[in-house]
Amino acid sequence: MAYTTENNQSGLMAKAIKEGIFAGLIAFGMFLLFVGIETYQDINNQLVWRTRWGLLAVFVAVAAIGRFVTVGFIKPHLDARKLAKAKTGVLEISDKKSFFHRHFLKIALVFLLCYPFLAMLIVGRQGSLKYVDNFGIQILIYVMLAWGLNIVVGLAGLLDLGYVAFYAVGAYSYALLSSYFGFSFWLLLPMAGILAALWGVILGFPVLRLRGDYLAIVTLAFGEIIRLVLINWTDVTRGTFGVSGIAKASFFGIWSFDVGAANNFNKAWGLPSSSVYYKMFLFYIILALCMLTAYVTIRLRRMPIGRAWEALREDEIACRSLGINTVTTKLTAFATGAMFGGFAGSFFAARQGFVSPESFVFLESAVILAIVVLGGMGSLTGIAIAAVVMVGGTELLREMEFLKHIFGPDFTPELYRMLLFGLAMIIVMLFKPRGFVGTREPTAFLKERKAVSGSFTKEGHG
Amino acid sequence: MVRPLKDRIRGKYMEYFIQQLINGLTLGSIYGLVAIGYTMVYGIIGMINFAHGDIFMLGGFAALIIFLILTSFFAGIPVALLLLLMLLVGMLMTGLWNWTIERVAYRPLRGSFRLAPLITAIGMSIALSNFIQVTQGPRNKPIPPLVTDTYHFGDITISLKQILIVVITSILLFAFWYIVNKTPLGRAQRATEQDRKMAALLGVDVDKTISITFIMGAALAAVAGAMYLMYYGVASFNDGFIPGVKAFTAAVLGGIGSLPGAVLGGLLIGLIESLWSAYFSIAYKDVATFAILAIVLIFKPTGILGRPEVEKV
Repeated sequence: MAYTTENNQSGLMAKAIKEGIFAGLIAFGMFLLFVGIETYQDINNQLVWRTRWGLLAVFVAVAAIGRFVTVGFIKPHLDARKLAKAKTGVLEISDKKSFFHRHFLKIALVFLLCYPFLAMLIVGRQGSLKYVDNFGIQILIYVMLAWGLNIVVGLAGLLDLGYVAFYAVGAYSYALLSSYFGFSFWLLLPMAGILAALWGVILGFPVLRLRGDYLAIVTLAFGEIIRLVLINWTDVTRGTFGVSGIAKASFFGIWSFDVGAANNFNKAWGLPSSSVYYKMFLFYIILALCMLTAYVTIRLRRMPIGRAWEALREDEIACRSLGINTVTTKLTAFATGAMFGGFAGSFFAARQGFVSPESFVFLESAVILAIVVLGGMGSLTGIAIAAVVMVGGTELLREMEFLKHIFGPDFTPELYRMLLFGLAMIIVMLFKPRGFVGTREPTAFLKERKAVSGSFTKEGHG
Repeated sequence: MVRPLKDRIRGKYMEYFIQQLINGLTLGSIYGLVAIGYTMVYGIIGMINFAHGDIFMLGGFAALIIFLILTSFFAGIPVALLLLLMLLVGMLMTGLWNWTIERVAYRPLRGSFRLAPLITAIGMSIALSNFIQVTQGPRNKPIPPLVTDTYHFGDITISLKQILIVVITSILLFAFWYIVNKTPLGRAQRATEQDRKMAALLGVDVDKTISITFIMGAALAAVAGAMYLMYYGVASFNDGFIPGVKAFTAAVLGGIGSLPGAVLGGLLIGLIESLWSAYFSIAYKDVATFAILAIVLIFKPTGILGRPEVEKV
């Protein structure tokens, strides 16, 4: 017995070494040209090259050692743990939840309500600007967008790769209507939502017959068409220059946040002049919008239309044969999702004070869809967690000044933002293909409500 | 002095049209080669390989770097040999990349739900273009023109590089058609495409077949990337997205899963693009492409040569 384990052990090591060398060779082949050689323009603007063997060696070593450790140590360890668990017969899901787990939503909400004040208390007025704006508002915009897209993808099972189009419609509705007609934010916020919903119906109507991947591609095409029109219709949208000087949101028309205005918010309340109060105000607006999205989603899931969406996702043919009108069901899903995208868009325009087609590229759609899927489609909490991890994580990279001390002053962590984002998407999917939150709470149940595994819900075929 | 094209062709509608036709054909050949990669992967594992456009971009960069190395070591290298080496190394390189990508990011998720590999593919696309941006810099990389000869037929100008692109594409297409239709490998591919489980039961090595499909798709994309570089003389890290989407459009237009369809779709997209730019507006040429994609899908979702999809209950 002892002999066989030892034999297995040495066999495992031999295998690990072999796989490690193989991975190293593959990495050498892959990175030889792209990492081993650097191309750059010299003073004469001539393209020349130089070698970077050191960096290439690092890449190859990381691949080889990583593979060796995975095959030799991590995988046997994981297998052994799985086996031990299977033997004891204890299931991973336990009924008992910790206090934090049970009251997670309440705690999170209270934290969010206090967040701007906490930030101000801890890092001071000017220091908190970054935390409220770059982290708070930025993440909440993505939470709202992802929750909006969740209605289309997670509930109705319609794969939409052009969601950013509705975001753009909302942003440009606010930007253009406020700069041409001078309407206020509070009037244009619902109008942007309605316009985006209208576009949702317009774009949704022709694609109703399509399923699955075809739907995804047509929505991608529509998203690109809207962006290209925004770029090229220069008379109205000013093309790539974008619309700037967009009016700020006011405190329900009572106080203004413009510095020169007579009813300036800071003056009225005797506060020192600082843009942080406006940012805090914006934080609460987007928080309220997010809560609205969540509330509507949760309520709709309990209403006939929400049930129809989920039925459509599970089985379209059964749905149709039971007399559900799939046309209106799909259109309402598109319109509702688009409406929230429109709200988020008009908020975005008010916050930035500037919109340009650059903000509405396909990458944004991909990021929003990635958040929805990584969070576990249909789970609002999971999506919010995914947004915090993915958006907050990439924002955090901007702050990593200490990395400059390690890698030298030329090192700009921002450059690696999207690279890491892409890699994170792959890694999360590989380890958690069902997303961060793998369980679902059904809205319809017999006798008692039980969380079911996400594997039992379908992703829909459009 | 050479007069501007607009003056030379004034009143010569036919010549202008034929000139645009030739330009469109060249561009369409490139799209067609990339489209084959999309259509084969979609056919065999039913997944939109979003990273394929970036594989095309990697192919262009591989060709660029090989070009720089060879021209700096052997100044007087014959252009034909240079081109051949650019293509071969590019094919090898991107084949290796796509093999690894499939192995690492797609294969573990093959049994998973449908959106999972789509998300990893989008992630891979973002990672690849940013990887090149980080390692090779964000600026456009111009190279001196490789092939400069042009031929004049009356008022129509055909450049040697256009002929090269069309000829290389035709040769590759023939080779490909032969592999897929006449060899045991192609038979395994077609069997896997029709029914993966049944093919595995009958002794087809499904994993290997899928790997080879990815390598073949990448090799064609690399050729397309190298020719794109030769045609436009510039490479950039974000070159993958727009040509990638257009090639995918071509694959869908021709009927996804169908090889001749991918080529036909590529040629049509190339022609639409160049004719639209010539007669309407250059600014809206991409809008035209996408609009045609949407219209085709809405009225004939299976594309021009695609098989109708049977709805199973």
